[in-house]
This record gives sequence, C-alpha cells and structure tokens, in this order.
Amino acid sequence: MQSHKLTLKQNSWMQALLMTLVVSSGLLLFAVFCFLIWFSLPVFFTETTSVFSLKWQPEQGHFGILAMVFGTLSLAFLSTSVAFVIAMGLNSFCLLSRRRWLVTLLRSLLRFMAAIPTVVYGLAALFLLLPLLRNGLQLGSGYSLFAAVCMLILLILPVICVMLDNITTPLWQQYALGAQALGFSPEQTYMHVILPHCRVNICGAALLGFNRAIGDTMLPLMLAGNATQLPSGVFDAIRSLTAHIALVIATDQGSEAYNSLFVAGMLLLICSACICLLSRYLVGRNRLVQPE
Amino acid sequence: MMFKTCSVRLMAIFTLLISSPLIADELSAFDKMSGQLNIAGGTAHIPVMKRAARQIMGHNPDIRITIAGGGSGVGVQQVAKGLVNIGNTGRALKNKEMNLGLNSFAFAIDGVAVIIHPQNPVDDLSQQQIIDIYQGKITNWRELGGQDRLIHLFSRDEASGTRSVFTKKLLKGAQLAANANIVPSNGAMKTAVSQDMGAIGYSSVGYIDNMVKAPTYNHIMPTQEACASEEYPVVRRLYMNTKGLPDGLTQAFIDYIYSKQGAKHVQASGYIAIDAKP
Repeated sequence: MQSHKLTLKQNSWMQALLMTLVVSSGLLLFAVFCFLIWFSLPVFFTETTSVFSLKWQPEQGHFGILAMVFGTLSLAFLSTSVAFVIAMGLNSFCLLSRRRWLVTLLRSLLRFMAAIPTVVYGLAALFLLLPLLRNGLQLGSGYSLFAAVCMLILLILPVICVMLDNITTPLWQQYALGAQALGFSPEQTYMHVILPHCRVNICGAALLGFNRAIGDTMLPLMLAGNATQLPSGVFDAIRSLTAHIALVIATDQGSEAYNSLFVAGMLLLICSACICLLSRYLVGRNRLVQPE
Repeated sequence: MMFKTCSVRLMAIFTLLISSPLIADELSAFDKMSGQLNIAGGTAHIPVMKRAARQIMGHNPDIRITIAGGGSGVGVQQVAKGLVNIGNTGRALKNKEMNLGLNSFAFAIDGVAVIIHPQNPVDDLSQQQIIDIYQGKITNWRELGGQDRLIHLFSRDEASGTRSVFTKKLLKGAQLAANANIVPSNGAMKTAVSQDMGAIGYSSVGYIDNMVKAPTYNHIMPTQEACASEEYPVVRRLYMNTKGLPDGLTQAFIDYIYSKQGAKHVQASGYIAIDAKP
C-alpha cells in the first residue's frame, strides 16, 4: 500500500501538472471562441451582405446562412426525437426481457454500431435508401432531409442507448428485488421506480445524441442534397451548417462566401457549448435530489 | 527450352518497348530525377494528371507524384501557400490570385455540358430552356417534350470551376433555384445523374460517357471537336498553376504535359490539348 501513495512532493508536482493542463485547455477553448468571433466580425460589419438572411446566392452576392441553421436544427431535432423513442424501447427491452441471449446480442450489436464510421452509413444509404426513395416511392431525387435523418438515427441510437444502459442497469440491480418484494411487477418497477429516479440523466443522454446529430458532417453532406432552401417537407433537400462548411471551405480565402463560414462555425460552437453546459447543469441538479 | 525461348522473346519485346524512341525522348527528361511532386485542385484535371503520373512513375520509380482533388479554389489556396507544387484550376486566375505570385499554364480546352439520364427522351435543350430549368421556371420534363416527371436539379459546390463556367457562360449569371441539389465533384455529379431518371446536371465534357447523356445545346452536340472550334460556346481552359517560375521536377512535369505524349493523355481524358506553351 505504502508504495502506491504519492509523497507530498510528487503530489504537488502532479497537481501543478494537472493545473497546467486544465488551464491550457481552458485557454485553448477560449482562444477558439476569440478566433471565431474575430474572424466573423467583418461579416457583421459589411453592409452589402447579410449573413442572417435566408438567401444564399453566391453569384448574386447573397450570403445568408439562416436556411442552413434551420437545416441543422430540423435534422438534429427529428433524428434525436425518433432515436430517443427507439432507445427508450430498447432500454426497457434490455432490462425486462426474459430472453437474455437476445439482450446480450442486442447490447453487443449496439456497441458495434457505435464503432461504424459515418461514411459507411452514407455510402450504404447512397446505394440502398436513396434509390428506394427515388424509384420505389417516387419521392423526388431521394437526396432529402428524410434520408439524412434515417441514417443519423442509426448514428446516434447507440450513443443514447449505451448511455441509458449505463444509467439504468445499476439502478435496476439496486431496486429490482426490493420493488418485487413490495409487489411491483417488473414493468411497474421500470415505469414507477427506475424512470423517475433517472429522469434527468435520461435528458442528458438525449442531449448528447442531439449534440452528435448537430456535429455530424458526412451524412448530411452525402445524403441531404445540400440545397440552400427552407424545406417544405421531410422529402425536400436541405443543407446543414456542417455540410455548408465542408462545401464552401474550398472557395478562395477572404471571399464573402468564405467569411460566412466563420459565422457558421461560431454558431455550431455556441450551440454545442450551450448543450454541454445544459447537460452539466442537469446532472448537477440531479446530485442534489439524490441524497446518496 | 520452351520457357527459355518465351522469356527471350518477352525480353526482346520489353527492350523494344523501352527503347522505342518516342517514349524514350519524352520521358528521358525524368531519367536522373527523384523526389516528390504534389498536385491538387480542379477535379476535371485528375484524369490527365493520373495518366501522366502513371507513365512517369513507371519510367522512374524514384519519382513520387501525388494527386488530390478539392476543386479550383483548393488548387489556388494550396499552391499559393506552398503546400503543393502544382495547383490546378478550371478557370483563369482572378487578379487577386495573380498577385500572390502565381504562374498559369493552360494546357487543355474543356467544354461544360448539361447531362441527363441516358433513358431521358429529351434530345435538345436551348440556352433559354436551360436557364428556365435552373431558375426553377420549368419544373417538369413534359414541358420539354419528355415524360411526365419532375425535374431534379443538380449543381456543383461554390468552389467549383465547372460551376463558375456554367453559371457565367451558359446561365449568363441567372439566379440558381434554391432547391438545386449540390454535389462536390464531377464524378459525384455523374453518379447522381446516372441514377436518377428526372435529373439534370452539368459536368466537364471529359466526364461524359454512356453512363449519362448530353443533349444537344442549341442543336450543337458538345463534342471535343465542337469545343475545339468554339462552335460549342460553353468552354473553358484547364490550367496548371505554380508559385513563381517552375523548376526541376515541376518544370519537367509541365513540359511533359505539353509534349506529344502529354497531348495524348489530354485527349484520352476527353479534352483538347493546347500545344503551344504560352
């Protein structure tokens, strides 16, 4: 035991090192914010363009990115809400099903899915889902919000599922027997004991999936059609902010189109920072509720 | 015994091939060279660059040539920063880019043509029709004498040289409909259009083969010959750009592209070679 303990000197040394790391990573993040704000400032102060408009017509001098903001949000909301519902279903199945082999299979499948690169999903959808939408169902060119949402669901489902699993399984082990003794059926235990207990963590899992959906680039770029319009339905093409950055980054540096990317990047960063803070806050509040 | 004669014959053939005067002349410039040559930029250039690189690296394995796409914008950016030796563009350099100290070498003429699905019965589109389609005024192939099917618009990304030629010379600066799908390369355009009966897109003439169909434009077929004679008007030049004057391997590569064999690679890729070096 003694050998594992750090001496006082080593301890302070370690603390200094950790402090340096914390401070430097904090500074780096701060620098990224400053960098993006600094580079997007000129965009706000040019009179000829308005970044916060719906019109993106680079040949005509319109560089509005609001359609892309809307595209990103609709993509993330749709995919998260569907994936969340499926994830809750899978989670209850994992806890309640008597077919344990099926549960084991499902869990390993989900963990495997988390490791699949998004470009593989994109490629598969390009040759399977899109022709089905286009020729089978006659729904436009196939490149659409719907196609991107479908594949994004596959992408974020394992994220939410694994999070939920990690939250509920220990609780289940802790309470199942007691609840059974009080006369709860397993379903009742899940509904009335487990779920209320970790409501906030569940929100955290959903937020994490949402963040992932906002940040993904490959799937919207390959599948959503990248049209700079407000969609009138799920089968219309949209462009996400991330795909917008990927497409426009190759234009000549210093052009107005290029500068609009800094605004796009800033919006994305602010968005994920907010979500991160929100989930932190939620988890913190949960600790107060649980006197453990 | 049999084996021996065979190998002797093979040897003889190889010796003939290697010592064939035409090949030896043009590739011999690379004989004593070694090192790496990095090329990036316009995607229309890639087939030519690949053919040339294969020949050169086959001739002298000490030379490594890397070829990346990215579009004309990337070509300019990277060559100006010195990240690549040659940055390809599908358009002439803008004044701002000239000031970065870049030199341009036009080596091929390429047309940009509208492409549709091979089973689409529409055979001719006038300039006005194409403008109306891309502005979203014509939305069904029936209005153009085709089947009753919605038109799916495909366009290229903002950094594409193909797009800038298409919007300037064919659309005459008309505003592109917002519902046009955007694809990031000539190859992706061909794939998208070849899979979609209702699609209309545009690509470099060099990319057109039997996967897609090019309708005549104002009754002119966008062939290489029509592009060369400028009878077909939507043409552009393909450029290699270097920072400052090229030297060493870069110089040898550019000379090779301008040589007879280089011209063959240009033709094999579907473009028209420009002989004279500016």
